[in-house]
Amino acid sequence: MIERKHGTVGRYTPGARVNHWLNAIILILLALSGMSLFHPALFFLSDLFGGGTWTRILHPWLGLALLVTFAGLFLRFWRYNLWERGDSLWMQHIGDVVTQREENLPEVGRYNAGQKILFWGMTILILVLAASGIVMWDTRFGQYFTIEQKRVAAVVHATAAVLTIGLWIIHVYAAIWVKGTVRAMTQGSVTGGWAWKHHRKWLREEVAKEPR
Amino acid sequence: MSTLQSLDITRRSATTSPSPSVRETEEVAKLIDISKCIGCKACQAACYEWNDLRDEIGVNVGSYQNPPDLTENTWTLMRFSEVEPQDGKLEWLIRKDGCMHCADPGCLKACPAPGAIVQYANGIVDFISENCIGCGYCVKGCPFNIPRISQKDQKAYKCTLCSDRVSVGLEPACAKACPTQAISFGTKADMVDLAQTRLVDLNERGYDKAGLYDPPGVGGTHVMYVLQHADRPELYSGLPKDPKISPLVEAWKGAAKPIALIGLGLTALFGFFHYVTAGPNEVDETDEEQAKKTIDGPDQKRDVR
Repeated sequence: MIERKHGTVGRYTPGARVNHWLNAIILILLALSGMSLFHPALFFLSDLFGGGTWTRILHPWLGLALLVTFAGLFLRFWRYNLWERGDSLWMQHIGDVVTQREENLPEVGRYNAGQKILFWGMTILILVLAASGIVMWDTRFGQYFTIEQKRVAAVVHATAAVLTIGLWIIHVYAAIWVKGTVRAMTQGSVTGGWAWKHHRKWLREEVAKEPR
Repeated sequence: MSTLQSLDITRRSATTSPSPSVRETEEVAKLIDISKCIGCKACQAACYEWNDLRDEIGVNVGSYQNPPDLTENTWTLMRFSEVEPQDGKLEWLIRKDGCMHCADPGCLKACPAPGAIVQYANGIVDFISENCIGCGYCVKGCPFNIPRISQKDQKAYKCTLCSDRVSVGLEPACAKACPTQAISFGTKADMVDLAQTRLVDLNERGYDKAGLYDPPGVGGTHVMYVLQHADRPELYSGLPKDPKISPLVEAWKGAAKPIALIGLGLTALFGFFHYVTAGPNEVDETDEEQAKKTIDGPDQKRDVR
């Protein structure tokens, strides 16, 4: 949605923003509680949740909550994250992205290839985390799985969690690095200049949707 | 159990700094001589008595084994198996199952709660229940499938080797109760010696494969068996031949921890240094002008504000 008066472009509806931030809060709580059980040096983080036992009780329920919030994000955004030919070209120029030689990059639609990788990466990892998490959830599902299956689940869960946190760090850094990005999720709109610089194809599409 | 002042601690779960260990302590061990066991279950009863536990009245599952498996209340269990080690030669092998008190305890390595599992300097591996968070990682870590999580309090339980008795100079309740002295208790060195004399005896009686079960894959154990058929421990209700902590658990609780933390730390640091060297990615005036042109379209004259 183009707001010609302010020269801004609408990017996220209030519903999408609430959905995103609920997801973000739950993901951070999951990371903190999960890390506390992963490494002894981080066990102190379990105090944030009322101690080790409460951390063990809450973590899987937070996981279920994340499944719900992420399903919301998935349904909202999947169609904008389908891979296109330009995305592969953009990835080939990833060096130009980090060194800000943007003149060498193809025009980008609503999301660039990096954002799409984040989207699909998070989708796959959260599904893997949910599946392995169920196997590890002894108090509810312990009787349905063998010890060996639980061992595999523990390794898979830890690996997927570390990758998820890694993707999350990249996601947060990209939002900090690319100035003018955060307002998309806090105010819902971006400046025209931001859209032009980073998502030119999307800007043209939005303008074409609302001709004067 | 709770921590015992008179027992020094060698290892403590989820703890990287040294634990109190000023004393010189001899390693202890329990030796279970299966060739002397008559399956009377006095040890099982003594375990319930000393630890003040009772299990549910079960049902007959077709053998004298009762209850059918270890539980949070049954920390030791007589496992009965009828086998034919040689054709036509039936043997009734009865093994007193329970925690083996490994020198390299998988439960302790897997445990995420500081101090929920300790290994005393005398070799006893003990669960400190008030620190237990009930996650069940010890169950995944154990190569012998011993710990059980209570449905009542979600905490893990297993044989303590009567650490509370041993700390005051008594033998474990099961050893005290055994009427045939199939269970002996003493220093590990003495128990290995005792086993050797028994093996000489068994060899003379025709059990040429008799041996001591003190599996090196877990660094040796502080509960050892004298087996008539040491070449085939599986005969004894599936006693593992070469128990080891699962490589999955070793990866999860070993290499994965530093690699993951360093990897994530470096990712964040890389971002920070990218920012302070490459600088923020900012929109400039030409971008805004270009955007304005695009938004307003070619016919700019109509744009009167």
